[in-house]
Amino acid sequence: MYAFSYHSPKTVRQAATLLGKNPDAKVLAGGQTLLPTMKQRLASPSALIDLGKAEGLSGIEVKGRNVVIGAMTRHADVASSAIVGEAIPALAALAGGIGDPAVRNRGTIGGSLANNDPAADYPSAVLALNATIITNKRKIPADEFFQGMFSTALEEGEVIVKVSFPIPSKAAYEKFPNPASRYAMVGVFVAKKGSETRVAVTGAGSDGVFRSAECEAALKARFNPKSLDGVKVKAAGLNSDIHASSEYRAHLIPVIAKRAVAKAMAK
Amino acid sequence: MSSTTGIGASVLRKEDIRFITGKGQYTDDVNRQGQAHAYFLRSPHAHATIKKLDVSAAKKAAGVLDVLTGDDLAHDKIGGLICGWMIHNKDGSPMKAGAHPALAQGKVRYVGDHVAVIIAETYAQAKDAAELVVVDYGVLPAVVDMNTASKGPAIHDVAPDNVVYDWHLGDKAATEAAFKNAKHITKIDLVNNRLIPNAMEPRAAVGDYDAGTEVFTLYTTSQNPHVARLVLSAFVGIAPEHKLRVIAPDVGGGFGSKIFIYAEETVCVWASKRVGRPVKWTADRTEAFLSDAHGRDHITHAELATDEKGKILGFRVKTKANLGAYLSTFSSCVPTYLYAPLLSGQYDIPAIYVEVEGIYTTTAPVDAYRGAGRPEATFVVERIMEKTARELGQDPAAFRRKNFVKSFPHQTPVIMCYDTGNYSASLDLALEMADYKNFGKRKKESAKNGKLRGIGFSAYIEACGIAPSAAVGSLGAGVGLWESAEVRVNPVGTVEVLTGSHSHGQGHETTFAQLVSDRLGIDINSVSIVHGDTDKVQFGMGTYGSRSGSVGMSAISKALDKVIAKGKKVASYALEASEKDIEFKDGRFSVAGTDKSLAFGEVALQAYIAHKFTGAELEPGLKEGAFYDPTNFTFPSGVHICEVEIDPDTGVTTIAKWTAVDDFGNVINPMIVEGQVHGGIAQGVGQALFEGAHYDKDGQLVTASYMDYTMPRADNLPSFQIGMTNTPCTTNPLGLKGCGEAGAIASPPAVINAITDAIGHENIAMPATPLAVWTAIQSSASKLAAE
Repeated sequence: MYAFSYHSPKTVRQAATLLGKNPDAKVLAGGQTLLPTMKQRLASPSALIDLGKAEGLSGIEVKGRNVVIGAMTRHADVASSAIVGEAIPALAALAGGIGDPAVRNRGTIGGSLANNDPAADYPSAVLALNATIITNKRKIPADEFFQGMFSTALEEGEVIVKVSFPIPSKAAYEKFPNPASRYAMVGVFVAKKGSETRVAVTGAGSDGVFRSAECEAALKARFNPKSLDGVKVKAAGLNSDIHASSEYRAHLIPVIAKRAVAKAMAK
Repeated sequence: MSSTTGIGASVLRKEDIRFITGKGQYTDDVNRQGQAHAYFLRSPHAHATIKKLDVSAAKKAAGVLDVLTGDDLAHDKIGGLICGWMIHNKDGSPMKAGAHPALAQGKVRYVGDHVAVIIAETYAQAKDAAELVVVDYGVLPAVVDMNTASKGPAIHDVAPDNVVYDWHLGDKAATEAAFKNAKHITKIDLVNNRLIPNAMEPRAAVGDYDAGTEVFTLYTTSQNPHVARLVLSAFVGIAPEHKLRVIAPDVGGGFGSKIFIYAEETVCVWASKRVGRPVKWTADRTEAFLSDAHGRDHITHAELATDEKGKILGFRVKTKANLGAYLSTFSSCVPTYLYAPLLSGQYDIPAIYVEVEGIYTTTAPVDAYRGAGRPEATFVVERIMEKTARELGQDPAAFRRKNFVKSFPHQTPVIMCYDTGNYSASLDLALEMADYKNFGKRKKESAKNGKLRGIGFSAYIEACGIAPSAAVGSLGAGVGLWESAEVRVNPVGTVEVLTGSHSHGQGHETTFAQLVSDRLGIDINSVSIVHGDTDKVQFGMGTYGSRSGSVGMSAISKALDKVIAKGKKVASYALEASEKDIEFKDGRFSVAGTDKSLAFGEVALQAYIAHKFTGAELEPGLKEGAFYDPTNFTFPSGVHICEVEIDPDTGVTTIAKWTAVDDFGNVINPMIVEGQVHGGIAQGVGQALFEGAHYDKDGQLVTASYMDYTMPRADNLPSFQIGMTNTPCTTNPLGLKGCGEAGAIASPPAVINAITDAIGHENIAMPATPLAVWTAIQSSASKLAAE
């Protein structure tokens, strides 16, 4: 790890000001990606702006037909939240399956989304549930937020404050883990709300999380696992590595989507 | 007492209290006064000449004490690392061993090779300064694939075609003749995947030079501190043995990878004199992946000849073994003498011929890893046995039984003489425990759920306690393979056992104490086991190859015999009786036919106060040593049966059932033995389903972290069904055979035999990852569609 300066703002506004003053600064949320990267000397920010003491960033509440989760809310808190468990159990289950207990006790939803790791779990929930990312500057719809691997719509000085999830009628997340890292190799979040079914896939796309048009089309008429029988997903644009070829990932997407739909219907 | 703490009792491990309460003392826990820290600058290239190496800026960086290179080693006349086993080619010429300097001298040969060492006040300063070292590399093509390695470029000038040796064993003519008479020939092509050891504790070293006494002390993560001292003295030339102390304190797992003498500890101990300060290094996990000696990595073609009834007539095997960029300490013997002599398995095979080519590649050195040659041999034997049974339409258990060795001793055509065994007994018990007769029902049940179920056998043979010394010497070993022990009885009757064996997870502090408790009839808590320090313990050979029981404990047993004999002498004076009338039983020396007796501790006291005998009659004291050189290997054996269930939609293999029946001869502590079996199976399943070191075509290690290198985890494994049979070894005093590697040896072929049974064809390599299994199923599906 290289030397850096450390800041602990009390408000989001202060954090934004500090970001403006320190062009090479990084925002520290749970640090579950950033700190290991710094330890390996793969990242060398001049300053860390720790949101740990900034007010009003944590917590879970229901607002109308939405569950709103503060950016600094830890995965473990989402996993064990009675509110989330009641309203969107699929989201609680997803949070409970991120990393290991140490990661879940430190990692945050805002940090995960801002990082947009192509194999992270949360982006699939945000995209499938059609959530809204609320920053210190604006509201960003999920479909516009994710802009490719490790890339988001966040601008300089922009900090995620909370995420608002519309409550679906049915939803589930199914993860096929990478055998080594146990990150999602193919993770599929399916959500049905009204007449719309959205299917978001993480871990598989070479450009990060995406919606599977093939699966959504198949489920449009009938939200049922059988609807996905025979669905073919194109391998083009999917990751290929020693753990999974793009063809294998393409094969797994409808298989895992089918399991997710079955899970959603069982609830 | 002996019933609860003696031989055969599942005594809880004495050492675990300190390990699980964080009070273990590992090398990284050692901190010396004035200690500096070493950081190794490593090659980012698989193969390159060093055109220029400029360390001047790094030397001036904050906190830096010195930056040392291969030139400095040469200046100080520090020799290279050695390979301790000479292998001869088919034509009798010696193998081609390239030089192995601890810091590169003009060339780097794998990613992670040591270019320079930076020694600074802090580790962070050393790491910062490393970025100031300027290296101008002349990048050469990497040599990664064994099949094309001969096309070069040469990694070492001494081996222009990158072949280290071209070796063979067995009777070629007799084997060819057997194949001419065969009714059926089974052919198989196999890859034994390359593994990275991943001990929980990474390698570490602290070198400490005392200018007053001119003694070097090296604290290091070693399985064999005396061997390390011998090599560093006699070959590397750090210091004469009496001026070099090697301490291997608590060691957190070795699996073979800590047998070897590496560049880092060599440099730390040498540099401690150069900089006049203790020098410490602890590997980070990436360094462990890159530079610990890897394991396995064979390509094999094998053929098995059988007659019309399915009796084996002959076996021929051709193997290429990847030895990496340099010959590590015992690398040369692993794919030769630790491999080929195991190719007879549990079977009566009249003729065997084996050819092995050792190949240099621009990858990390490859050496012994849990099983060392024996897992590779067992994989070949048990895969081709299963395939042959299938091709002949015979039941795999019955086919094996038909070919078992049934009378002992049995001389194989490949060196080994099995002293004893009862292979049918293990098979019978395993078939019963595995409920083999109802497998068909379970398979149908799985099919109903859309799953493919398969069953696979592995009837393995092990050879432990590699020996005798004279025999291994005649085969090229540079060392003897005996073990030493000293039993020191204190005046109050407590006992210290100094052993040349080294414990790094095996539980010697418990099992060795059980032997002493049993034999001397004293409380197990009155016994302490001392190991791992060349200043405390007499020369010993260390722990590897499942030798600590059969060889190390045999040495202790011999020393205990001497202690008891001396005790009888002392007791005869103390009890005023004839020595021949003294009996020793349950911890008491007594005069036969009388009620006169003394407890062991009382006799010990008599030995030290020496009031009852004169110096002319008897030496005072009660301390005896022994060296034990076995007369043969020991031959553990057993049958493992693996049942898998495969999800054809994803290719995920689940181990549904595991039955292990092992014959380790006599057992000291069944709980510890079961633990060794569990760990061994987990490692073997790791090889079969998960682990695989992968270098890309440029020689970069793709699997250099846990993000990409898959370790087996608890949730990958079922609850094992463990059974044991017991035919005691006939060649050592305790009847022990060894259990440390059996699980890792037995399990890979059992898993792959089960998977190939489930998918209906043989075409799958290890690790059988979900991708590999799914791909294999696609090919069988397309094959079915085409038929």
